[in-house]
Amino acid sequence: MPTSSESADAIRVEALSKRYRIGERRARYKSLRDVLARAALQPARVLRSLAGRAPDGGAPQTIWALRNVSFRVGHGEVVGIIGRNGAGKSTLLKILSRITEPTSGLAEIRGRVGSLLEVGTGFHNELTGGENIYLNGAILGMRRREIERKFDEIVAFAGVEKFVDTPVKHYSSGMYLRLAFSVAAHLDPEILLVDEVLAVGDAAFQRRCLEKIEDVGRHGRTVLFVSHNMPAITRLCSRTVLLDEGGVAADGPSHQVVAKYLSSDIGTTAEREWRDPATAPSSGAARLCAVRVRGNNGGVTEAVDIRKPVGIEMEFDVLEEGWQLWSSFDFFNEEGLLLFGSIETDPEWRGKPRPPGHYVTTAWVPGNLFSEGPVIVNVELLTTHPHVRHFRERQAVAFQVVDTMEGDSARGDWGGEWSGAVRPMLAWKTRYERSGDQRRALGPEAPVDAR
Amino acid sequence: MSSLAQQETEVPTIVIRPSRGWIALKLGDLWEYRELLYFLVWRDIKVRYKQTALGAAWAIIQPFTSMVVFSLFFGKLAKMPSDGIPYPIFAFSGLVPWTFFANGLAQSANSLVDSANLIKKVYFPRLTIPIANVLSGLVDFSLAFMVLIGMMLWYGIIPTGRILWLPFLLLLAFVTALAVGLWLSVLNVEYRDVKYTIPFLTQFWMFATPIVYPSTLLKEPWRTVYGLNPMVGVVEGFRWALLGTKTAPGPMIAVSGVAAIALLVGGAFYFRRMEKTFADVV
Repeated sequence: MPTSSESADAIRVEALSKRYRIGERRARYKSLRDVLARAALQPARVLRSLAGRAPDGGAPQTIWALRNVSFRVGHGEVVGIIGRNGAGKSTLLKILSRITEPTSGLAEIRGRVGSLLEVGTGFHNELTGGENIYLNGAILGMRRREIERKFDEIVAFAGVEKFVDTPVKHYSSGMYLRLAFSVAAHLDPEILLVDEVLAVGDAAFQRRCLEKIEDVGRHGRTVLFVSHNMPAITRLCSRTVLLDEGGVAADGPSHQVVAKYLSSDIGTTAEREWRDPATAPSSGAARLCAVRVRGNNGGVTEAVDIRKPVGIEMEFDVLEEGWQLWSSFDFFNEEGLLLFGSIETDPEWRGKPRPPGHYVTTAWVPGNLFSEGPVIVNVELLTTHPHVRHFRERQAVAFQVVDTMEGDSARGDWGGEWSGAVRPMLAWKTRYERSGDQRRALGPEAPVDAR
Repeated sequence: MSSLAQQETEVPTIVIRPSRGWIALKLGDLWEYRELLYFLVWRDIKVRYKQTALGAAWAIIQPFTSMVVFSLFFGKLAKMPSDGIPYPIFAFSGLVPWTFFANGLAQSANSLVDSANLIKKVYFPRLTIPIANVLSGLVDFSLAFMVLIGMMLWYGIIPTGRILWLPFLLLLAFVTALAVGLWLSVLNVEYRDVKYTIPFLTQFWMFATPIVYPSTLLKEPWRTVYGLNPMVGVVEGFRWALLGTKTAPGPMIAVSGVAAIALLVGGAFYFRRMEKTFADVV
């Protein structure tokens, strides 16, 4: 490491901002038909948009994913980035990784950068494990000679020695992930940018990933680590930056920032209580007391097994006599998409006015319904006749749906990327039919080996 | 390249800021990532014919069946002139570079969309993607070319020293395929309609290129103007270099070269300009 650079920062971010046109963040493309229709009306504007210029006038709807973010990271610092979903963490990392451009502002990075937004990017199922090491290594920015040198180490770390010449499509999901992570772990950058790579895989795998990041940090490397995993953040990072609505809400020692995040409205957690009746969401007729996420075993949990049911519990006080009340929960994913809503159907209270008192109502969502990733819950208490909303708390609680990759979730043995708003477990049935003459020989109802 | 000596003297510094308007091509960056280019080409070649029964034979079947059909309909039935060369080899010598061009164009036009996952997760010069897609077609070309040489010998045509011109003509085909591929790949990111227009485009383009007929059907100065379609220069050049037709590289091929380069330079700048939006839109 050159001495001259030690005084300078490894990462300097100055007033960085990023604006998205609404809808742009999701995979959305235009249809030429729409453009032609518009072209007939506004030819100049369409030409400009083809040339990459933002359409003028007509103010397209935009959101600021990042707003005026500034911070510095010194050489050898390990800094955590936290914030709720949509706070701009991933956008920040994408800009620093040069995947997307900022709208304004400046960032300067001194040193060789490795960025890990996903493990196994570019893996090709038809290629063997060994071939994928080369391909993935090159994609992550490794030199061929470097890959050659580290090849045996990568294979050994992943524990796939016997399967180096097997196409990865025949790998189990665990092997696939181990190999993918192993390549990434042998990237040897001076500055490492890591995003929630650890959201996949089983507990043992996650522990290994964290150890590796810890290791990188201990060797004097600079690490920027985005995560929802608060224990990991406090353990690995001396300093943490809290992002909220695209801006820096706090920047300081990790335990302080994490504590602030968890105690404030910014943090959506698995449990929220409103102890002070004066500030609790209320209509005067009813008042919200608490919302909790309960796991299968009844305890409050932030991480929910994808295969297991999860309960959303709401405590509220009814203060006035005579109201018919409905609790209502809406479930959103990370992109803000409403997955579904649900309204209380307990027959005991349906259509009946409620006496004043304390109520605890729980809705159980079956296992094998949510996709992996964060789920955010809005809660409401409603009366339909007359229409009154007694309270509504947006982003009241959130939890993380985790697939432990044991092969009995909807994933089966597939460990790669999987999109989709929900992930139900369907009843798949495959019938094997023997060819005509065999069937005749065996009879139509001959038993069939399902494998 | 990024040797230790270099790292000791200076720390690589990356400055990230919004780019405005038309930006530099940064070919140096592309050179830095040449190993990635190599691996992408290698991957394409490796996986191209996986899970196919006939494998690399497809590289030959495609132009060969076209040649048979054309020979039957245009050569035998329509009695199309063929510059005094047996019609089958006349058609095939055009189809071999044409297939390289048409496949390269189609592959590179879809390349960005097909690599969306890479684009959204990793930084590298995006130009490597379409370039790799066109380059990997060279393997198919080589296979088909060997069949072409075999056919020449069958018809008793011995290549002369003119064959040394072939690499330049192949380069012209490469440049043309890449140039059009760049334009289409960028448009394809925003407008998936492009994907559906490619089969039409290549079909029309083929009939605008002297594959089934000789360009000598046209008189000067129209032949030279015809060279604005760079594939005209490529196909006529191939026939001249291999079969000894009288379509020697002249003003027509010069026009083709200039047109191809203009298309490529324009495409590359357009690509660079739009590149910044790929990760957000694709």
